[in-house]
Amino acid sequence: EIHIKEPIEKEVNPHLLPGELLLCEASTVYKYVQEDGSNRGTYGKLVCTNFKISFLDDDSASDDNEPQFKNKIVGENDITLQCVDQIYGVYDEKKKLLTGQLRKYPEKLIIYCKDLRVFNFCLRYTKEEEVKRIVSGIVHHSQTPKLLKRLFLFSYASAAPNNTDGRNQTVMFETLEDWRDELERTKGNVKYKAVTTNEGYRVSEKLPLYFVVPICISEESILKYEGRGIPIWCWSCHNGAALLKMSTFPKEQDDSTSQMQKAFLDGIYKTISKPPYELLKMDDLSSSLPSLQDIQTAYTRFKQLFLIDNSTDFWATDVKWFSLLESTNWLEIIRRVLKKAMEVAECLEIQHTNVLLIEESATDLCCVISSLVQVMMDSYSRTKSGFQSLIQKEWVIGGHSFLDRCNHLHKSEKEEAPVFLLLLNCVWQLVQQYPPAFEFTETYLTVLSDSLYVPIFSTFFFNSQHQRDTNKSGESLKTQSGPFRFLTVWDWSVQFEPKALAFLNNPLYAEKPKPDRSQRKTARFKHQRQLSLPLTQAKPSTKRGFFREETDHLIKNILGKRIGKFINSSDEPPNSLREFYDSWHSKPVDYHGLLLPRIDGPEIKVWAQRYLRWIPEAQLHGGGTIATAAKILDLMEEVQSLQVKMDEEHSQSVSGDAHSVPMLRNSARLSSLFPFALLQRQSVKPALPTSTWKDLEDEDDLVKRDDEFVDLSGDML
Amino acid sequence: MASSSTSKYNSNSLENSSSKQASNLKDGTNWEQNEEIPRLPGETRVTDKDVIYMCPFNGPVKGRVYITNYRLYLRSVENDPVVILNVPLGVISRIEKMGGASSRGENSYGLDITCKDMRNLRFALKQEGHSRRDIFEVLTKYAFPQSHSLPFFAFVNEEKFPENGWMVYNPMSEYRRQGLPNERWRVTFINEHYGLCDTYPSLLVVPYNATDDDLKKVAAFRSRNRIPVLSWIHPETQAVIMRCSQPLVGMSGKRNKDDERYLDIIREANGQISKLTIYDARPNVNAVANKATGGGYEGEDAYPNAELSFLDIHNIHVMRESLKKLKDIVYPNVEESHWLSSLESTHWLEHIKLVLTGAIQVADKVSSGRSSVLVHCSDGWDRTAQLTSLAMLMLDSYYRTIEGFEVLVQKEWLSFGHKFASRIGHGDKNHADTDRSPIFLQFIDCVWQMSKQFPTAFEFNEQFLITILDHLYSCRFGTFLYNSEFLREKEKVADRTLSLWSLINSDKSKYTNAFYSKELNRALYPVASMRHLELWVNYYIRWNPRIRQQQPNPVEQRYLELLALRDDYIRRLEELQITNNSKISNSSASSTSPSQMVSQVQTHF
Repeated sequence: EIHIKEPIEKEVNPHLLPGELLLCEASTVYKYVQEDGSNRGTYGKLVCTNFKISFLDDDSASDDNEPQFKNKIVGENDITLQCVDQIYGVYDEKKKLLTGQLRKYPEKLIIYCKDLRVFNFCLRYTKEEEVKRIVSGIVHHSQTPKLLKRLFLFSYASAAPNNTDGRNQTVMFETLEDWRDELERTKGNVKYKAVTTNEGYRVSEKLPLYFVVPICISEESILKYEGRGIPIWCWSCHNGAALLKMSTFPKEQDDSTSQMQKAFLDGIYKTISKPPYELLKMDDLSSSLPSLQDIQTAYTRFKQLFLIDNSTDFWATDVKWFSLLESTNWLEIIRRVLKKAMEVAECLEIQHTNVLLIEESATDLCCVISSLVQVMMDSYSRTKSGFQSLIQKEWVIGGHSFLDRCNHLHKSEKEEAPVFLLLLNCVWQLVQQYPPAFEFTETYLTVLSDSLYVPIFSTFFFNSQHQRDTNKSGESLKTQSGPFRFLTVWDWSVQFEPKALAFLNNPLYAEKPKPDRSQRKTARFKHQRQLSLPLTQAKPSTKRGFFREETDHLIKNILGKRIGKFINSSDEPPNSLREFYDSWHSKPVDYHGLLLPRIDGPEIKVWAQRYLRWIPEAQLHGGGTIATAAKILDLMEEVQSLQVKMDEEHSQSVSGDAHSVPMLRNSARLSSLFPFALLQRQSVKPALPTSTWKDLEDEDDLVKRDDEFVDLSGDML
Repeated sequence: MASSSTSKYNSNSLENSSSKQASNLKDGTNWEQNEEIPRLPGETRVTDKDVIYMCPFNGPVKGRVYITNYRLYLRSVENDPVVILNVPLGVISRIEKMGGASSRGENSYGLDITCKDMRNLRFALKQEGHSRRDIFEVLTKYAFPQSHSLPFFAFVNEEKFPENGWMVYNPMSEYRRQGLPNERWRVTFINEHYGLCDTYPSLLVVPYNATDDDLKKVAAFRSRNRIPVLSWIHPETQAVIMRCSQPLVGMSGKRNKDDERYLDIIREANGQISKLTIYDARPNVNAVANKATGGGYEGEDAYPNAELSFLDIHNIHVMRESLKKLKDIVYPNVEESHWLSSLESTHWLEHIKLVLTGAIQVADKVSSGRSSVLVHCSDGWDRTAQLTSLAMLMLDSYYRTIEGFEVLVQKEWLSFGHKFASRIGHGDKNHADTDRSPIFLQFIDCVWQMSKQFPTAFEFNEQFLITILDHLYSCRFGTFLYNSEFLREKEKVADRTLSLWSLINSDKSKYTNAFYSKELNRALYPVASMRHLELWVNYYIRWNPRIRQQQPNPVEQRYLELLALRDDYIRRLEELQITNNSKISNSSASSTSPSQMVSQVQTHF
């Protein structure tokens, strides 16, 4: 029954990256095409390296139509070890999760990926020893705890000549100058300063080498509690109000210690609540937003809805789709986060107050909120380099624990939480609501989210700048000379050819007209007019804040009026936010000005491109947003070629021949899954639901009625 | 109180064009207050009054309401910008008095108006001197002219349009477009005077091999004589979509040899030997239950060459209740806390899914199954119309153009007797009539879902669909009045009223989708999955200023800018070439046509 061309056994070798080693392999593996319920598929070799799991198609020679959008590092049939989400074995039709040691080897292997692909491999025709080796190899290398230094990142960095100079426009925030420039860009340099206190990481290993604090904060206080209780600057608004973040003290049992900490905090608050500093509002994100645990639970449920085994599964879950979606709570979390970011924006923009975000480590939800606020308020953050710089500033250098949150090393599931994905999902909502406002596309966000699992870039594989710096030196690997030179994910040319890179740029984006210095004032004025609202809205809130009651009380006593206000907890919509929201939405949108998301139920959507891209049943043949996007791209090219033509005519150099071809021809035929899944579905058979709902218990009497009751039996003859 | 958005969203709705026309008409009889109150030719003022409009979004608005024989128009007196309400009386479903002469509390005395287009209006009036009696009576009279022996506004409308919408649909030329008649299908005039079936059009296409006598015999066995006739023929496979009503099988399981033979003739007419597929739009149980009242379905014994499937689409009552529930969760406020499960509990999108799924099956069968299809429900004027018209929209790109879609509505809905008058209740005060049901709205929603999934496949835009729905209720045009072609002819609707298509075709650019790419003969199958179906926010929630799409759509705007830029380049290029060519007398290969100019790609990224 094995109908493969046995003896040919032509050597299909995996394409290995520098530093990549083949660990184990198995041949005659049958990979099912997910496309339909039939058992169609191809035979090939399944291999596992120290970087990826890869399926090598036996007849891969037929590579005649090279996809337009291809990742150079991770191919269609490659799964990086960090991208593996869960592995199931099928034993007698039963699915079993594979984690550690295996006693029995399955006849089928299902690999669920973090980028939501699902691979089905049949091992029935594979030799038994090979099955053992490949299954235990894959499970071991992708599912068991790992040392940091065993990440492929290091092998790659030591073997690959890094000749990219990293000279892209992204600000990395690794130097003092980067911070100073950012202060200057946002005009925050009057009241805030970049400090060198953490050089040599003498303050804290969690904090970046350089960061920015209010000018009045002394080096002494920064050092006192390893930077805890210190307001750290994120960004300054055009009106001078600043967004700050602060990590709190761990819960102290000891009374006197906590008394001291409180006194320290009060001192800090007092200093930064005095003029020239604006009124301060605080927001304890750990009590006003869902916990990391909630976020993790929600996302785990949510992604499950898109990891679809087969067509039956797809249609079975379709029946109760909306309630399933709601029960995950993921969209609701997105909504709450967006709302919180708007509250902060309102405080900065309308009330001219400083906002201090508080969180235990100040490296999770603080990053989400501060990034979102900047995306909404600072149009620079909506350019590609601006957004990348923002991710560097708030997340990479800011100290978000990517390694732990993504659980790249399989150390502890407790630490795992898709905080960065949450940000991307929120930004996507804005991108789809305001397409012309962003220089990048949703495809950019999708490939960025995929890059979380590609361990050739250092960007998402360290917990902090300190961790990266100390592991960069390469001392432990004696064979290697000198420090590692890691790649940054922002060098997109590592993953994509220029042709594919085009899909990351938004053709609808209109660059902000660059005013020269003399005009800048008027531009700013216009910007303000767009945003300004009656000032009466800054009503003091009577609601209770978030601080533990006694602290709250204490602070009020000590500081009196200047710091009595707290951002409301999000249960009830604060009136000022409602007015801010309504007023902004009643005006035409300035794509280079403030941008507020719409957050009513119907406006928060599923990021279809990321989550539906591999599901054949969800494919719209010739449809989807790509259909319009492709038309716009085609037209832009036409306009450009006309421009060239015009220039030629002007110079009277008559060139009759037309050589190059538009990039996307026949755009109406593209599938909505483009540019991701490349399903060659020749027959355009429509997808038909296999299970439908018929249950209308509550309306039984109506259901049974006929449209119009007429006795037809009398009509006869 | 009222935010600035109010006037904007109201003007965003019905009658954008009417104000333009009215301002052209400043004759002496215009209203004293000011000239900005829109009026159509033929529209006459009836009364006006000071009221408080209880805006559900912005609170009470003081204003003056003007009532004509066509519309209710409110203009605020204190707000800046001015709040405007412009409501054709045709959309009114119910008018109720709220509060009594003795009710206490501010603004508790007045009128409550329920509309057919997903909104309610509430006006508070002064309690003294039964101030609302007059306005209540006037409104009732003109909103429900049929209940007061008054003509529809369409019959007094004196608008003029450059295009004549009544010319859009000519059944003969539509069938000719489809390649009919041919050697297997003929046109019959048996129903010329509606003698065979008074809810069918006068012109029918039937199998060549069936005589008019056969048709009469078949009519006896089909509910309301609605015999199987051709709706559409596939240009390649020659498979056809037929429509009809249920067979009169009854409890005893009656059979009719003529009907059986007739279906066999249909089956054979596409030159294939496969079975005839019958889609009964109803759920199985309902089809069975229909036997009790004399109806039923084609049993296996009687029709061995047919394959019957049920499509499980529910009846008009279920659909009406579903829309009612939808209104509850979107008006006036959008359900806040559990939006998705609330939406699911209305079942509205689930019904849409079932209708689309049914239509996909019909279309797929005809285009790839190579078997002819017969579609019916009970009477064949609700679910059947949805299925045949949607399947035709999927299979025939002509129907995806503006004119083609007008033809589709004229043909499958109007000429085949969808009971618009009963389903909408035009001018009828009986708001609780169980004959009312949003079947046509559901069809338009399905079309919208398709256009959303395939944004380049339709020549018309969302505004086109919304305009159709607005005038489904407005009674400004004769298009949707009455239940059948027979009745419309009797009332001389085409002579005495204007067609909605006149309005649309006279200003086509407004209803054109900028992204449309013409593609011929391509089947377009939407994905009937909840993952892709969406609530049509721009229609169902359009009165809510908080939920509003950016108008105009920025993506479309950018595209139009680019188009203009391209055309400008092409023009300038041509000019340049002419001057250059005249300079260089020995001409060269520069006679490049615009299409050839699509070259020279420079990566602009």
